[in-house]
Amino acid sequence: RFVGSLGTIVIKCKDLRIIQLDIPGMEECLNIASSIEALSTLDSVTLMYPFFYRPMFEVLEDGWSSFLLEQEFELLSSMTNEWRLSCVNKEFSVCPSYPAVVIVPKSVDDEALRKVALFRHGGRFPVLSYYHKKNGMAMMRSSQPLTGTNGRRCKEDEKLINSTLRSGRRGFVIDTRPLAVAQQARAKGGGFEQEVHYPQWRRIHKYIERFNILQESFIKLVEACNDQSHNMDRWLSKLEASNWLTHIKELLTAACLAAQCIDREGASVLVHGSEGTDSTLQVTSLAQIILDPRCRTIRGFEALVVREWLQAGHPFQQRCAQSAYSNSKQKWEAPVFLLFLECVWQIHRQFPCSFEFNEQFLIMLFEHAYASQFGTFLGNNENERAKLKLPQKTMSLWSWVNRPEELSRFQNPLYEANSLVIWPSVAPQSLQLWEGVFLRWNRPSKFLEEAEEERMNIIKYNKELQAKVNQLRRQLAELEADEEVQEP
Amino acid sequence: FHAVLLLQVENVKLLDRYANRKAASGTLYLTATHLIYVDASAEVRKETWILHHHISSVEKLPLTTAGYPLLIHCKNFHVAHFVIGQERDCHDVFTSLLKLSQPVKPEELYAFSYNPKTSKENREMGWKLIDLRLDYQRMGIPNDCWEIADINKDYEVCSTYPPEIVVPRAATKAVVMGSSRFRSRGRIPVLSYLHKENNAALCRCSQPLAGFSARCLEDEQMLQAIREANPGCPFMYVVDTRPKLNAMANRAAGKGYENEDNYENIRFKFIGIENIHVMRSSLQKLLEVCEMKSPSMSDFLTGLENSGWLRHIKAVMDAGVFLAKAVREERASVLVHCSDGWDRTAQVCSLASLLLDPFYRTFKGFMVLIEKEWIAMGHKFSHRCGHLDGDPKEVSPVFTQFVECVWQLMQQFPCSFEFSERFLLEIHDHVYSCQFGNFLGTCHKEREELRIFEKTHSLWPFLLQRKQELRNPLYRGFAAYKELQPNTLPFSFQFWCGMYNRFDKGMQPKQCVLDQLLSCTSQKVTLEDSAAQLESKLPVLDGPSPSKGCTSPKAGAAAAKAPTPQDCAEGAAPVLSNGPSLGHEKHKESPAQPQDLRASREDGQAQHQ
Repeated sequence: RFVGSLGTIVIKCKDLRIIQLDIPGMEECLNIASSIEALSTLDSVTLMYPFFYRPMFEVLEDGWSSFLLEQEFELLSSMTNEWRLSCVNKEFSVCPSYPAVVIVPKSVDDEALRKVALFRHGGRFPVLSYYHKKNGMAMMRSSQPLTGTNGRRCKEDEKLINSTLRSGRRGFVIDTRPLAVAQQARAKGGGFEQEVHYPQWRRIHKYIERFNILQESFIKLVEACNDQSHNMDRWLSKLEASNWLTHIKELLTAACLAAQCIDREGASVLVHGSEGTDSTLQVTSLAQIILDPRCRTIRGFEALVVREWLQAGHPFQQRCAQSAYSNSKQKWEAPVFLLFLECVWQIHRQFPCSFEFNEQFLIMLFEHAYASQFGTFLGNNENERAKLKLPQKTMSLWSWVNRPEELSRFQNPLYEANSLVIWPSVAPQSLQLWEGVFLRWNRPSKFLEEAEEERMNIIKYNKELQAKVNQLRRQLAELEADEEVQEP
Repeated sequence: FHAVLLLQVENVKLLDRYANRKAASGTLYLTATHLIYVDASAEVRKETWILHHHISSVEKLPLTTAGYPLLIHCKNFHVAHFVIGQERDCHDVFTSLLKLSQPVKPEELYAFSYNPKTSKENREMGWKLIDLRLDYQRMGIPNDCWEIADINKDYEVCSTYPPEIVVPRAATKAVVMGSSRFRSRGRIPVLSYLHKENNAALCRCSQPLAGFSARCLEDEQMLQAIREANPGCPFMYVVDTRPKLNAMANRAAGKGYENEDNYENIRFKFIGIENIHVMRSSLQKLLEVCEMKSPSMSDFLTGLENSGWLRHIKAVMDAGVFLAKAVREERASVLVHCSDGWDRTAQVCSLASLLLDPFYRTFKGFMVLIEKEWIAMGHKFSHRCGHLDGDPKEVSPVFTQFVECVWQLMQQFPCSFEFSERFLLEIHDHVYSCQFGNFLGTCHKEREELRIFEKTHSLWPFLLQRKQELRNPLYRGFAAYKELQPNTLPFSFQFWCGMYNRFDKGMQPKQCVLDQLLSCTSQKVTLEDSAAQLESKLPVLDGPSPSKGCTSPKAGAAAAKAPTPQDCAEGAAPVLSNGPSLGHEKHKESPAQPQDLRASREDGQAQHQ
């Protein structure tokens, strides 16, 4: 974005950086400005950078096929046989925002799925999001049921959900809207699972803010961070007024709740809001970070992003079009994915040894979600990506990230696999502003980077020493063994 | 227990501040020095120790179904909520604690009975560990312009200054005595820090008794002498750290501030740091915010803002940065004062020294700094910390603010301090604990009268013994950073959870990077030794050299660490303990909002059994 006047162009970037160019000559300046303007607001996706980007590296592994749902299912099959892969959506006709393949309860056939799809907003019928190996509980996600004002019901929907319950056990529906909003939704044909029809399910409303509220909050926070004239009171009051950290706290609380239902209560969970493409995904993916150690590895986290965000149909193109500096009101713009990344960062800060990746990895994902030379975050769902032929025409982010050279930049030296559930604190005192994103361009980071380097060195040297000692021990033992053989 | 047991009460519950957890149940003991709570319900013996001197208030709350609640607030921000079964027991504990936590006579303070069983010689050596003369020597004093004068040996100049003070050579005895009559409580301008590189000096004093028009020739000569001791700069700053309004109000009482017209070539400046009463109520508000039960983000941030606490921290930091900049960049000497020159002046002078000189960022240097700017120069620890039953209006978290400023600097410059946050917390604890003599009384004269140096122990040797656990593994050594130039924009200041919610373990990060790094660095020597040993055992073979796989330790970090040799890494560390999996097991049982209190022993010091 730019605001140009008399030889000065101010470029406000999606990664929140602000660059000022002083250009001699009015005409050149205007030319450059209009070029930047035109190039940064392309109408057609196919004119975007990923379609012209030619990688300067050798592709070792094609990222487009690194995380297929089939692999995920294979893993699941090793734990349980209650689920199956369904290709009911292979033409994207049952649900346009779902991928071609989904995981559903084994006992429900494709015919039933089609019926359930008609009963759920946007055709997003309940699918498996996460299977908790420890106790066999499942987390599913969907969109709201279309009960409408007259309390429409759908036998197949009830059967589908109930099939995930153990006999005699109850489940929890986590609705990410407040009750009042859910009730209002009925007037527009939406609604929620009524207890009479879903007697085995308890509904919990856990409000998570949506679209424009989040975007406003994002804009306010960035404004506050960029204004260096504030005194302390003004800064704190602006930070508070942005509500950003409130959203973070609410989101983490909801994720803890979902994780608690599964791990503590031993219950299955269904999560949805209205469309099931935003707050729903935030909750299900964060709950997995808390519950599943695999999601805290680099590979596992990438798989989570692919599974719960890209394949699950989070509309990246709509949500991440402009970032915080947009002048024009973008109806669909919202930092939903950024909020998720920040929540991961907050958990990371509380469990600094339990994640294989570092903060830079999260920041990198934030940048690429908003602007990238890779095609990964283009389009709003798998359907659109298939139509754009992204896998054929563009490079996948994962092809680049998963190269050993790149990976080494994103590794957390403190990582030690932690197989336990990690419960973050959501007390305000425990949550901090994500400086790595919001203050990144506003203050020197030299000293913090030096500290990071120092940490790396200490741990690296320690590991090397240990390896060396172990190796020497082994050698000595071998020698001694040899001598014993020779001497007698 | 080694100590005399005064009271023992069974069936006492210790409530978790964050409700939903089952309360612990156990026995409460009162000894002459501590309140000790032993949790009987835990599988492992869990003890909570609270030093009586740390208790700032004891409250009886209304009866609940569980029993009679007793709420204890500590000066180190520990809050303990007990519930006692019998009213009579509760009352006994209450009255005993009131008495024990508010000693009336100095002799009742812990330091006078504390006996760590060291020899007399060791104790005396301990008091000699910090020698301020050595620090002045380090600055090159005495030199042509400055001398260490014993003019105050009988406290004739100033009763709250130490016997030896550093003044300009050019200031005659008459000038010193004259100036002392013109300064509040005789606290004349003396040197606090000399920046050797450019001769700019940081000096401190109290406010002048200027009223609306009074002047004093000797005082003017004193300032002239200070200015002329720094020939590199034609002017000097006089900084009044009070808000202008407060300083003006003081004029009506015959005090006030320097008139620029009366002093040659001074630049006068106000830096508005609020007074002790504002700071006390600000901390009170902050603590109320910290103690709120499940506050929303909004509640917390609004409360944080309304407390004004971070605003005050920023004001102190800004002042320190201004002084350091004047000395370093403008090469100007600075004279600082507030009203009496023992609160705000101590804060900003010590902070500026810390910014200018890396020595003060070492263990030893930080001790020197506190001895010099706080203890020797008469910061009234006894009154500000409420060591004895006294005027509550005298209590104020002035030193706490200084400690927090240092912590804020640590956040911005993680590799520039030899010590970690723990060292700060340890010192902060002991400022209130009265276990060591250093912080007793209000000034040197009073400490002599109390015979502190004969009867009590000094804190510093005890802290140095624990250097290993208090050090900062990221420290890059003395030479890595010279001056610090911190960012003082509001967003650079963070809420210090580790201080004000220190005992709410659930709020702290669940895995501790510091511990991880400390164990790595303490393993270093043992590992290097065993590698060397093993290598020597291996006969020299033609085969592959075993040391190939190991990159040289001289690369990067290790090289920068050179100035802090492995002297501190000698503590026997477990060989190959293969990276302790810190806290992995601990958080297993925590609930979704696990703000639980889990420390087995809350009291950080008093290592006696």
